[in-house]
Amino acid sequence: MKQFMVFVRKEFYHVFRDRRTLLILFGLPIMQILLFGYALTTEIKNAEIIIVDHAGDAASQQLTTMIAASKYFDINRSTASDEDIYKAFKQGKVKCAVVFPTGFGNDLLNGQVAQLQVVADASDPNTARTLTNYITAIVADYQQQVNPTANIPMRIEPVTRMLYNPELNGSMNFVPGVMALVLMIICTTLTSVSIVREKEMGTMEILLVSPFKPVYVVLAKAVPYLALAMVDFIIILILSVLALEMPVRGNLALLFFESTLFIISCLSLGLLISSVTRSQQTAMMVSMMGMMLPTILFTGFIFPLENMPLPLQLISNLLPSRWFYVIVKAVMLKGLGIGVVWKETLILAGMTLVLLTISIKSFKTRLS
Amino acid sequence: MDTVVLENISKSYIKDAPPALENVSFSVKKGELFGLIGPDGAGKSTIFRILTTLLLSDAGKATVAGYDVVKDFHQIRSCVGYMPGRFSLYQDLTVEENLNFFATLFGTTITENYALIKDIYEQIAPFKNRRAGKLSGGMKQKLALSCALVHRPEVLFLDEPTTGVDAVSRQEFWDMLKRLKNEGITIVVSTPYMDEASLCERIALIQTGHILSIDTPDNIVAAYPGKLYALRSPKVHLLLPDTRSYEGIRQCYAAGEKLHVAFKEDGKDHPAQLLTYLKSKGHQTVAIQEIRPDIEDCFIEKLSNPK
Repeated sequence: MKQFMVFVRKEFYHVFRDRRTLLILFGLPIMQILLFGYALTTEIKNAEIIIVDHAGDAASQQLTTMIAASKYFDINRSTASDEDIYKAFKQGKVKCAVVFPTGFGNDLLNGQVAQLQVVADASDPNTARTLTNYITAIVADYQQQVNPTANIPMRIEPVTRMLYNPELNGSMNFVPGVMALVLMIICTTLTSVSIVREKEMGTMEILLVSPFKPVYVVLAKAVPYLALAMVDFIIILILSVLALEMPVRGNLALLFFESTLFIISCLSLGLLISSVTRSQQTAMMVSMMGMMLPTILFTGFIFPLENMPLPLQLISNLLPSRWFYVIVKAVMLKGLGIGVVWKETLILAGMTLVLLTISIKSFKTRLS
Repeated sequence: MDTVVLENISKSYIKDAPPALENVSFSVKKGELFGLIGPDGAGKSTIFRILTTLLLSDAGKATVAGYDVVKDFHQIRSCVGYMPGRFSLYQDLTVEENLNFFATLFGTTITENYALIKDIYEQIAPFKNRRAGKLSGGMKQKLALSCALVHRPEVLFLDEPTTGVDAVSRQEFWDMLKRLKNEGITIVVSTPYMDEASLCERIALIQTGHILSIDTPDNIVAAYPGKLYALRSPKVHLLLPDTRSYEGIRQCYAAGEKLHVAFKEDGKDHPAQLLTYLKSKGHQTVAIQEIRPDIEDCFIEKLSNPK
């Protein structure tokens, strides 16, 4: 036991004395979370819009104010002319334009059909569609305000409710994915590199020619990285709550338990990589490239798994991160308990057990 | 029973390539300082790795301290000390941290066997807070030796401990080994430096996976067939091809600033005849003198005439 503790302490020395390791360990999660949370998002915020107001009446101005108040739009100019629209689009400055025709307010109040034109830059079809949807929603909202009791016969009014994420906050989707990604990369890369380094430096020879059992070498390598990965997990959690305003609705203990399970499976993967590679560089390449891409592609946080062809969906099932992602979303965002995610937990636990067994079995007690 | 025994050990790394070791057998007595002498690539490190249970041999049997290297590898791993060829301690740990780590790993403490490593460790103690990677070559070797000794092993395996170490440190290192031998520790040491061979009690000359001969350095030298002469001349480099063209020559090679020469049979007039022959070739100022062969001469002799 004393030997084990000394070994673990030695591992911590290695980590804290190597700037590169520290950077990966603490820089990577912070950078990823902030990147995915703020910079890389599919949401459209503050799109520039111009308003061409030929009506100039109360109704058109009220609507303009509402558009301006929305966080999706920034009004570039509110007194533009028709010609300005095309100029502005050509310059690429604005994404959308709204034109109020003369007599807009009158038409509305007199019970006629009031029209307004929405022009959008459809060279990016997704953005154009999203922006016109936003405008339509604002208009519908306004209509409701002006005439709450309008009694149009046979009207269907869909009442949508965005569950778990009423503000349609994009980082809700990303954070669990980034969590899986970061833990995966850190655990596999750092463990595999740290074991391969012992081989490369020749210290593995001395470790093996000692009474310290090879199995303990594996475990003593895993324990510090398990602890450090937990610290990372906490950092990500704090960052996403404080900076990205993510809720933690479920049981925190359950979340920690699931993360530990996932971390152990990643550590085992790292151990496995270390026993089949000979140089730190290969180990780094295999764990960074070989793990990062599948994790990004097949976890489901960027590309929905449901849309993938069946063979790819089957492949995705082999990734521990895919299950961890489902679990985190369920527990953290939906506040669900083990009763709902027991199946995913079981799969994850099974994978962890298999990976850990294989990696311990494949650890060589001799050279080559 | 001898402390280290190898019987017909063979090992090849790559199929169909010449084996790294072929039918190697030797044994080391308890408390002996045994040297494996041979150039790079002779198979010295492979022997060490088989004895320290890091590699499995393809054929043959070996025991260390009475334990079989295959079956009882756990026992061997706790009773030997091993210093690999390359400096293999943690470069980012300090001298003291390294020593502490290995002491604990072997289930002991620095203080428990301090008497054994005292002489060595005291020399590096002033730098105990320095990272091992920042030590000089000689210091690194002393630290590595301390780490290999800290658990008072029965057998000490040192793979080329003096390679890349300056002459003074090398001398100190051998002095330390003698002291350790007096403590009763069996030591197997390898070196590519022939001049260090005479510092061992018994040596095995090894080349391309074969043992050429095993004996005490004195006996090996005494077994040198015939006489050995040294030739001196201001123009040694021109002398070599001309000497080789003399008919009665068995061996002729450069050794430092001299040529070492041995004749096919020790006829009395060979040296004189050679001088005359060389004069006819234009070498006027050649001196010839009989010398005592050293291990290197024996090694070269064995290489060209293996029995």
